[in-house]
Amino acid sequence: MDITINGTPQQFSSAKNLFEIVSSFCKQPKHVITELNGTIVPADQWTQTTLSDGDTLELVTFVGGG
Amino acid sequence: MNSSPLTIAGKTFTSRFFLGTGKFKNKKDLSDSIAAGKSELVTVALRRIDLERHEENILEHIPAHVTLLTNTSGARNAQEAVRIARLAKASGCGNWVKIEVINDSKYLLPDNQETIKATEILAAEGFVVLPYMTPDLYTARALVKAGAATVMPLGSLIGSNQGLKTREFIQILINEIDLPIVVDAGIGAPSQAAEAMEMGAAAVLVNTAVATAEDPAGLARAFALAVEAGRLAYLSGLPQQHALAKASSPLTGFLYDTPAN
Repeated sequence: MDITINGTPQQFSSAKNLFEIVSSFCKQPKHVITELNGTIVPADQWTQTTLSDGDTLELVTFVGGG
Repeated sequence: MNSSPLTIAGKTFTSRFFLGTGKFKNKKDLSDSIAAGKSELVTVALRRIDLERHEENILEHIPAHVTLLTNTSGARNAQEAVRIARLAKASGCGNWVKIEVINDSKYLLPDNQETIKATEILAAEGFVVLPYMTPDLYTARALVKAGAATVMPLGSLIGSNQGLKTREFIQILINEIDLPIVVDAGIGAPSQAAEAMEMGAAAVLVNTAVATAEDPAGLARAFALAVEAGRLAYLSGLPQQHALAKASSPLTGFLYDTPAN
């Protein structure tokens, strides 16, 4: 399964839900916000959201800024 | 000194010193500066997670009582700003947003037209919108109409530490706009923050000056004191300037009889 995450192509051998994807990249998923194919997916829907081949995912969080 | 709390969208702030969280050398300098400056509102930005590195989140270093104001930095137009604001809200960290729309890499001046559009859309969605703008009366009036909670004119170019280069235009906004005016960007020294507060600004937002100081927490405290001093001076009614001297001591009862020329 090929997914574009934050602009970078990523390959996964098996189907994953959004919670698994977020957890694999972030130690602290608490402050992570996800946008799947342009739509925000709230954290309480991550486990029910299964990714499909060709999906585009944005994983964003807070950083320092003025 | 704190007899005049600031209220924005129903939330009361004792401190009128807002702090940006960018450019700090480390997270300890940031949390020490928030504490020393007694800031109750800080700005943060939203960015893609670095997939290669597990980094500690900045929110872990901001006390819970501090209001988070997410900026829309990186947005080049209203639609991009709206997208960033919606993402920030989805985090559950509140709905306060600083609209920052910039489409120029040399001067980093905010695009007032796009800022008005973003403000209108987000205020209608229930966001508390604090737009960062190039000081201009017509834009400020449009922002009021669009539902902004404050108007945040720049003092000078972002990160320039040049102080209140736009002083006269900010004064017009303070005089004419019935919303808190927060001076954002360009304030590089406590004296400049005090000057803005003496003019009647509701608050100042400082980032670069504190974050890049040798002792960020020390400078944050100096800024907090200057902001309080400036506010107190404003409330006390600053006297007029005069072109000529006016004696402070009585001009009668001198010990000699020949008057000065």
